[in-house]
Amino acid sequence: MSGTIQLLTDTLAAARAEGRSALIAYLPAGFPTVDGGIEAVKAAFDGGADVVEVGLPHSDPVLDGPVIQTADDIALRGGVRIADVLRTVREAHAATGKPVLVMTYWNPIDRYGVERFTAELAEAGGAGCILPDLPVQESALWREHAEKHGLATVFVVAPSSRDERLAEITAAGSGFVYAASLMGVTGTRASVGAQARDLVRRTRDTGTGLPVCVGLGVSDPAQAAEVAGFADGVIVGSAFVKRMLDAPDAATGVAEVRALAADLARGVRGQA
Amino acid sequence: MPSEFFIPDPEGRVPTAEGYFGAFGGKFIPEALVAAVDEVAVEYDKAKADPEFARELDDLLAHYTGRPSALTEVPRFAEHAGGARVFLKREDLNHTGSHKINNVLGQALLTKRMGKTRVIAETGAGQHGVATATACALFGLDCTIYMGEIDTRRQALNVARMRMLGAEVVAVKSGSRTLKDAINEAFRDWVANVDRTHYLFGTVAGPHPFPAMVRDFHRVIGVEARRQILERAGRLPDAAVACVGGGSNAIGLFHAFIPDAGVRLIGCEPAGHGVETGEHAATLTAGEPGILHGSRSYVLQDDEGQITEPYSISAGLDYPGIGPEHSYLKDSGRGEYRAVTDDAAMQALRLLSRTEGIIPAIESAHALAGALEVGRELGADGLIVVNLSGRGDKDMDTAARYFGLYDTDATVAADADTEAAEIEGDAQ
Repeated sequence: MSGTIQLLTDTLAAARAEGRSALIAYLPAGFPTVDGGIEAVKAAFDGGADVVEVGLPHSDPVLDGPVIQTADDIALRGGVRIADVLRTVREAHAATGKPVLVMTYWNPIDRYGVERFTAELAEAGGAGCILPDLPVQESALWREHAEKHGLATVFVVAPSSRDERLAEITAAGSGFVYAASLMGVTGTRASVGAQARDLVRRTRDTGTGLPVCVGLGVSDPAQAAEVAGFADGVIVGSAFVKRMLDAPDAATGVAEVRALAADLARGVRGQA
Repeated sequence: MPSEFFIPDPEGRVPTAEGYFGAFGGKFIPEALVAAVDEVAVEYDKAKADPEFARELDDLLAHYTGRPSALTEVPRFAEHAGGARVFLKREDLNHTGSHKINNVLGQALLTKRMGKTRVIAETGAGQHGVATATACALFGLDCTIYMGEIDTRRQALNVARMRMLGAEVVAVKSGSRTLKDAINEAFRDWVANVDRTHYLFGTVAGPHPFPAMVRDFHRVIGVEARRQILERAGRLPDAAVACVGGGSNAIGLFHAFIPDAGVRLIGCEPAGHGVETGEHAATLTAGEPGILHGSRSYVLQDDEGQITEPYSISAGLDYPGIGPEHSYLKDSGRGEYRAVTDDAAMQALRLLSRTEGIIPAIESAHALAGALEVGRELGADGLIVVNLSGRGDKDMDTAARYFGLYDTDATVAADADTEAAEIEGDAQ
């Protein structure tokens, strides 16, 4: 069975055709439990997310701030395994028919085996992967297997990326380009700076046909609306996880995810 | 005139331009850091080619650090090493008390050349943190040191030293709260503040060019030791022995001896409570290749690539990774690595103190314990150079508790109780 890269591409194109940005949510697998995490992903779709990135928790999440570190920690202490992450992808995709990506660090996949992981992710109905510590120069093996199994390789670009690197990255990537709105780790921020707008413009100037989606720091509908004004997609992670961490119980957490997704879905339609 | 103390690898065989030592190394970093890491590589290449950089660094290493460091023969200690002759390369006598200053001064000069005004660093035992805080005081740079919370407790003296030198010390409370987590936190800081900040990485791990650059700054250790042992013993040693955490002092000693096929290069990893107990940090003995902190090397990890929590009595060796060049030396067979338990290291620490009047760091005591073994294997004709990478002042609290050198808290408490009872008795 092939991965669902085409579904991802079609979904982002459909949002663009509606004259709006896509809403992309991030939720870690296994948090607060494997089944609870699956419910949260479904709730994000139910609230209005177009795409979900499922986090594969890692012991050393060097690009994550305290919120996602805490969730990863809870998931790992709960014993989450790669099979659980794949089940999360499978059940969320099967229940909604929507594109589900995996976001993680490189070592778990390197250790699991690139062929084994890409084959199993495709079989689960996954659309692709975001691997923020795997730069283009080290990615040849990954891309070969991802392509073979119909999976997108979403690369991250940063405000510090020079134009020639943006060209290299957009040429190698597929699905969409993840533009980091600022220099820093994941976490909610009071504002998303002008750096994001400039980075989206420079990324598009490479001539890439890939949608450019902005993440890092976006947490509320007003920010989502602002980013939607210049990007093809708005990526929100820590704000969802924080709602779940702050909720008194798992059911409330899932309801909070649904409510935030609905608010953000209005934001990406300019209705904040 | 060629530089005296800054002696980068003249062969330049490894790493490749992409930073690979055989199958190990590379540059597994987030896009946000690519420009900064590339800048370090470009600036370091420029510095290597600039005689003024070598002159400035040589001057500091001679008149600030106190190079060359002594090579001390330790015959009373060697009686316990099968009668082999043992010489110690005295990096403990450098300013700040360890080898770490060699690399720190080099990178601090580089920081100035890049026009950056702030330095961050990780530290385990605090030796790299103290050296970094020292260089920042010397050059007027802002300094933040990340240190695992557990390490801030077991190396409290070094925390005080860093603060005395004007550095901010951040106790890292995530993960295993040791060196690995301090590095994670330093990377997070670097991503957010890379414009004005240099990450002064303290060991021969991390993304290219750090493993090669840090090695080059420490290469002087082996170059001096090789010259000194030829002068003193009239021949090359049978073995060069060093402790290995990330691997900087070991690569510093080993590197100049790599072309000398008759010199065994022996790294001593921390076996903690014993490799078989699972409570250890013996990465090359028990690890598998993986990616940690920006490069591919041996890593302590589970079957799904989660990094496992290491353990060692030594904060400086308590790390689940290892520099990629050591992985390369291991797999090529040029390097040998063995594991030394907490207990063996502590016994060697006391032995050197009692026989030679030199109190080593617990890190270096792992190398001493390894040298005792190697000496017995070699026999009376053996000749060994050991890198005494640091001095033990910082470890006195751990050692005092281990050997019961304090009037124990229990004794003090019992005395107080007795006194209190007597006073109460008098009152009645």
